[in-house]
Amino acid sequence: MSFQRVQEKLNILADAAKYDVSCSSSGSNRTNKNKGLGDASASGICHTYTEDGRCVSLLKILLTNHCIFDCAYCVTRKSNDIKRAAFKVQEVVDLTMNFYRRNYIEGLFLSSGIFKSADYTMERLVAVAKKLRLEENFNGYIHLKSIPGASDELMREAGLYADRLSVNIEIPTEKGLKLLAPDKNRADFIKPMEKVKNEIIQYKSEKKIIRSTPKYAPAGQSTQMIVGASGENDMQIMYTSNYFYKNFNLKRVYYSGYVPISYDTRLPQIGTPVPMLRENRLYQTDWLLRFYGFNIEEILNEQNQSLDLDIDPKLGWALRNMHEFPVDINKADKRMLARIPGLGMKSVFKILNARRYRQLNWDHLKAIGVAFNRAQYFMVCASNQFEKRDLTPEKIKGLILQNSKSKYTSMLSNQLNLFG
Amino acid sequence: METTLVYDGTFDGFLTCVFMAYEMKLKAVSIVKEKHFQEPMFGNWDLVNTEPDKANRVWAGLKKKMSANELQRFYYAFLSEKPTVENTIYQAILYVFQSKNNVASDFGNVHILQLSKLTKNVSREKHRMEAFVRFKLTKDGIYFANIEPDFNVLPLIKRHFEKRYADQKWLIYDLSRKYGIYYNLESVELISLELDRNFDPSKTSTEFFAPIELEFQQLWQDYFKSTNIKSRKNMKLHIQHVPKRYWKYLSEKQ
Ligand code: SF4
Repeated sequence: MSFQRVQEKLNILADAAKYDVSCSSSGSNRTNKNKGLGDASASGICHTYTEDGRCVSLLKILLTNHCIFDCAYCVTRKSNDIKRAAFKVQEVVDLTMNFYRRNYIEGLFLSSGIFKSADYTMERLVAVAKKLRLEENFNGYIHLKSIPGASDELMREAGLYADRLSVNIEIPTEKGLKLLAPDKNRADFIKPMEKVKNEIIQYKSEKKIIRSTPKYAPAGQSTQMIVGASGENDMQIMYTSNYFYKNFNLKRVYYSGYVPISYDTRLPQIGTPVPMLRENRLYQTDWLLRFYGFNIEEILNEQNQSLDLDIDPKLGWALRNMHEFPVDINKADKRMLARIPGLGMKSVFKILNARRYRQLNWDHLKAIGVAFNRAQYFMVCASNQFEKRDLTPEKIKGLILQNSKSKYTSMLSNQLNLFG
Repeated sequence: METTLVYDGTFDGFLTCVFMAYEMKLKAVSIVKEKHFQEPMFGNWDLVNTEPDKANRVWAGLKKKMSANELQRFYYAFLSEKPTVENTIYQAILYVFQSKNNVASDFGNVHILQLSKLTKNVSREKHRMEAFVRFKLTKDGIYFANIEPDFNVLPLIKRHFEKRYADQKWLIYDLSRKYGIYYNLESVELISLELDRNFDPSKTSTEFFAPIELEFQQLWQDYFKSTNIKSRKNMKLHIQHVPKRYWKYLSEKQ
């Protein structure tokens, strides 16, 4: 391995890969075997954080940034005047092994620009994973990008070596996609996704009968959407997300605030702030759907097409549904506890546990870690101190914002700082 | 009158004290490590010899009263090495033995709550070490890392590293507690080291480390820089995730 050449390639190909926000290494069940290297079953560790506060868990690189396509939102697009580079298969293998041995990473996340054709590219990605698994006995985490349009045979093989596969939809609506990525169409994304979904279903059912069925993408598949590049509202984004969760059994959908990289007039101009707070609200909504038992229609609908930026989506929902409150902490079921603003799922479980022993009052709840400032307007407990005024939703929102000023203003002003 | 039980600092030693306190039906007990012990002005004190049999009986007794997960909290809290941790755990144990039901997760009890807080701190440090250990390849082919964790977490991280680094020799050394865990390709052993006078744990000198080690550190530093998105910079969040006191281990922060 020539140090200088690899160093130059790494700089180019890590830089080009960084806009993919997924860095998750969790959800696999691959354990160390035959005294090899690595164990992906306990993954999910962030080995460090970038200066923008994102988790670094995987070596995230492109195999090459040569690309035959010209997607407007992407730095790798054909028409962009940038340095191009391509790793050899062995170079990626060596980097992965050596970074892993030093406990820098949980594994590899390999994506690529499309060179020659979808299959030609996919074949190379598969070759890296195969070599790591079969020749190096590497049991760490591998996430491969499914190249839109790749053949079923290659997707089948990819899943035998990778823990996770992903195709990025990037643009939430077909209209936006036509405008910004005219070479691409939805069907090409869906094809490998569909194949992977079916293989996973098949693997799971065979596994029940034959224990030795080889693993197939044990950490499932995910996708990413860019937020703020093509004018979609939050409702369009989250309904698309919901559609993909439901129809392709996705493990995760990632939302990536668009980072302006081009003077193309179809896109936000360079210098436009990255919509980080909006991105955060979308993630919160995503969590409400996956872990808190909410339906998408409850949070976003024709009357509410955008999420509030100044308050979180659960609080927003509660303020629109005051007839559901106050909730009695000592009696309510899990579903309703989870809907009280200021209560995370962890607190919900602690409450369910602790109330078996005694009636809970404010002191107990504070010890458990309930965010008093938000929760107090929506609940009662074993105490006669509770909110007795008949407050309007606007009034409550005002009181909450007043008392949590520092947190929200810092987040909002963080956005403003980026103009500077 | 309060009785002070003095022990050798090991977990077994501590559990032996619990056994003694129980057996002697002591009312007011304070348990302290030998190295922290000062003879009290009033009250009795006793030096307790560690007896694994007795320790095991206490442990087995606890095990019957709670889940494996809950049981583990008692050990985690102990490894925090906080000055009065013995008394917190002792009070929690008393509460468990006095109660008919499983109360190990009754966070309404101050001792149980305190115990769970300590456990959380220790557990966080364990996870940090699993993430922040940076192995460097020595000239004699051992992947070496030095750490100075806030709590005594080496016993807790052993299994994690054993499971994933099965094909390389490695050594994680706790500089402040002066012992390490070494994997010799067969099993993990506890060792203590006589560190060379010239050895500076914050540097990667070619006197001790393989030349290729510097290249990989450079590549890792480059990677760390390239993967950052400048327009999203948020140092406050960064430091919250990677507190400054850990930077000295991390090659990407050099
Ligand atoms: S195909 Fe992929 S790499 Fe190529 S320009 Fe489009 S998004 Fe970028």
